[in-house]
Amino acid sequence: MRSKVVFARMLRNRQTRYGLIALLLLLLLAYVGPFFGPHDWLEKDFTAFMEPPSADHWWGTTQIGQDVYAVALHGMQKSIVIGFLVALISTGLAALVGASAGYFGGWLDKALMWGADLLLVLPSFLIIAIVSPNLRGGSWLWFVLLLAAFSWMITSRVVRSMTLSLREREYILAARYMGIPGWKIIIRHVVPNLSSLLIIDATLNVSAAIIGEAGLSFFGFGVQPPDVSLGTLIAAGSDKVPGYSWLFLFPSGLLVLLVLSVNLIGDGLRDALDPGSNS
Amino acid sequence: MTILEVNDLNVTFRGGIKAVRGVSYRLGRGEVLGIVGESGSGKSVTSLAVMGLLPEGAEISGSVKLHGQELIGMPEEELTRLRGKSIGMIFQDPLSAFTPVYTIGAQIAEAVRIHQKVGKDKAAKRAVELLDLVGIPHPDVRAKAFPHEFSGGMRQRAMIAMAIANDPDVLICDEPTTALDVTIQAQVLEVLKTAQRETGAGIVMITHDLGVVAGLADRVLVMYAGRPVELGGVDEIYYRPRMPYTMGLLASIPRMDRPSARLIPIEGNPPSPAALPPGCPFAPRCPMKVDACDDGEPELEPVGPGSRRAACIRAHEIELKNLDGATIYPVPEPPAETEASRPRAERETVLKVEDLVRHYPLMKGAVFKRRVGTVHAVDGISFDIAEGETLGLVGESGCGKTTTLQQIMQLEAPQDGTIVVLGKDSAKLGRGERTALRRDLQIVFQDPMAALDPRMPVGDILAEPLRAHGRKDVPARVAELLTLVGLEPSHAERYPQHFSGGQRQRIGIARALALEPKLIVLDEPVSALDVSIQAGVINLLEDLKVKLGLSYLFVAHDLSVVRHIADRVAVMYLGKIAEVGTVEEVYARPAHPYTRALLSAIPLPDPNLERSRERILLEGDLPSPASPPSACRFRTRCPKRARLSAEDARRCDTEEPIVTRLAPAADHGAACHYPEVTEVPETAVS
Repeated sequence: MRSKVVFARMLRNRQTRYGLIALLLLLLLAYVGPFFGPHDWLEKDFTAFMEPPSADHWWGTTQIGQDVYAVALHGMQKSIVIGFLVALISTGLAALVGASAGYFGGWLDKALMWGADLLLVLPSFLIIAIVSPNLRGGSWLWFVLLLAAFSWMITSRVVRSMTLSLREREYILAARYMGIPGWKIIIRHVVPNLSSLLIIDATLNVSAAIIGEAGLSFFGFGVQPPDVSLGTLIAAGSDKVPGYSWLFLFPSGLLVLLVLSVNLIGDGLRDALDPGSNS
Repeated sequence: MTILEVNDLNVTFRGGIKAVRGVSYRLGRGEVLGIVGESGSGKSVTSLAVMGLLPEGAEISGSVKLHGQELIGMPEEELTRLRGKSIGMIFQDPLSAFTPVYTIGAQIAEAVRIHQKVGKDKAAKRAVELLDLVGIPHPDVRAKAFPHEFSGGMRQRAMIAMAIANDPDVLICDEPTTALDVTIQAQVLEVLKTAQRETGAGIVMITHDLGVVAGLADRVLVMYAGRPVELGGVDEIYYRPRMPYTMGLLASIPRMDRPSARLIPIEGNPPSPAALPPGCPFAPRCPMKVDACDDGEPELEPVGPGSRRAACIRAHEIELKNLDGATIYPVPEPPAETEASRPRAERETVLKVEDLVRHYPLMKGAVFKRRVGTVHAVDGISFDIAEGETLGLVGESGCGKTTTLQQIMQLEAPQDGTIVVLGKDSAKLGRGERTALRRDLQIVFQDPMAALDPRMPVGDILAEPLRAHGRKDVPARVAELLTLVGLEPSHAERYPQHFSGGQRQRIGIARALALEPKLIVLDEPVSALDVSIQAGVINLLEDLKVKLGLSYLFVAHDLSVVRHIADRVAVMYLGKIAEVGTVEEVYARPAHPYTRALLSAIPLPDPNLERSRERILLEGDLPSPASPPSACRFRTRCPKRARLSAEDARRCDTEEPIVTRLAPAADHGAACHYPEVTEVPETAVS
């Protein structure tokens, strides 16, 4: 009922519709596109180095003869997976930490919020830059965890303050007076009632995580070769922009489109779920 | 002389929602017209349309004439000149009606200066005069105060002062006393009468409280589903209603003067304005419905002698047979008493509260918090509830009712005193024992919207306590509970927002009953409901009590409801118990001056009684619980103390009264040094 209303209201917003369509097309391109390309992303064409886009190599080739189309789509897959995973973990963590801190209060609240503040003042880029080379050879999942660990704090503070007001609601009091344990109340009553905030936050976190991943990979601290992501591809192409612009333009274009569409959806979701916030 | 004439007013909101359909009335000089109806009946929208204050997107048709001048379609600038000058408006919520950043005096002076060519000094002086007129003490000082420094009652007085600042011809009051406590309501209604005398204005009084209208109005317009259904003189409407809805409304109110009668609820709910039934909108709930009712909506037509008009095709029949609500509505059967009740002393005590104290520290400072005072929320109260008994805990807002409840529900050691639930001291409970005890102690909240998790289907809401306490056969029990409170088992799949207020409160009650408790705490369970719905919920609570052998702690500010449902009553004032005893004793022979004032302040839905009644008006507001008066808490407002000799009065200032039994045989005590003794004629005792 409510979700239907929200969905209808979201679709009424033109920008959100564009965002949704764009994201769908990008997801299709990333996961179905490689099957239509003439080359595999690991394949090296020794007859074509740094070739501009042509009928054989749609988006051109790299200096070692890789097909840019195949490589860029593979990189985008990685970027999307990292983006969604990071958003999921960090929003989940934020909900859990914020709701526990707000609901239980007392020393737990102090400890958790102190931890959040500490993480907020640490320069996350620097820490990840220092830590990630030590994980070289490890899985890229470690990188996901690192990114998530540094992106939940602000949301958790918002969740905490909303929980503080939810805690006084009568249905929460009713549950407490029924003798239901605190953690069950958090999972069953607090978090579902914050879902609109969490959905919006998760969506916006996706684009933040994609950008963050790209930024770190650009400097070589993120996804490690031979694996590729949009960030590493942009880094590899950035110094050859004048002569061989396809190396840079295609991955960075995909990045811009991806982030833009996710952001449009996030904004539309916020307006639809929270009618008071739009102008 | 007619000053305001409304003819066939229609308001349609976007989406074809017809909020007001064909309202017509005339208001004469010095006349008070009461518009009554339940929430959603369109009574507020009518007045907003008259003022031209409806939001854009509302289509208004019909005519509103002020002194013969048409207001509908008038340019905004001209309307602005009339608003505040010829028409004054008093809103329900006085806090949002004042700008918080200007002083009260400045805002009233501004209202004066906008419509009259006077100097700043003169306007400020006029503001002080007006504040004096509405009974604000030290008006010259208080005029410089900001809205938040005023109490609710004071703000509503200031609002009245602002509304009458330019001698309006019409005053529109939209639920002016709904947000106020009864003693403050009595004060404000008195001020409203003064204001009317001073200005000679006609008053349109919009309210859902039939008691308020009975005491104030000359004529009454009853609205239902956006339409006027009955219009007539106040006596005609109250003593000889001719429209079944009005009849039902009057029969469903709990009355202090005839408490034992069973309440008569009107079945069903008011129709949604988006989906009106084909014929008479009241037909689906009407006990006198015939097939012809569905053919078309009846017009307001004259019935019987006098000016009264009713919109019912059977009104003439009602007039001829002289029917009333109690005869046409089915009177619900009272629950059969299972066994003769044992004397109170022999019954088990389910809740015993002794010298309960709850103080909150008042902190100041951002970095280094220091204690600057203490809020004496609950300051040593004692009461007990026997098995199968209902104790009504009454008092005005801020007297500590809610804090008392929370202390009991938390089942933790109180700051001072003891709480014993079913023989178990809450201070000595272990973790497991506390959880186990929660089965026997449940609560029903005031606001049925807030008390149910909006994200859970009703079935899950009811299953939650069952699962938490490890009950098997959950779905069967959920169905059983829904049937018990008068809902369908199939309702378990719906979400709370699909139910009306009364149904939601029933779900709340079902949840409280889930674990078969022995004691239920009811926190103002019917105050958010319309009267016709309220009656059904009160009846349900009474039935359940007998059927399941429950005990209730019934917290309320509505003394008529308490009179109806409770066996004993405890009156609280500023964290203390002022008077406690059986309802018969306390209501018939109130001994504490506060109880007397409280009882006399309740508006009765009976115009003759209202006119002949003597009101005890209390001075001023409830003192702040952060600095309560020493010794007797009530001495600052006590009307009795003013009549005492100086020597006797000193006792009130120095010695704190404790609750003492008034007569050795009666279950009745009051915390007053000089309790009132009401002489009751012999015949009335039986």
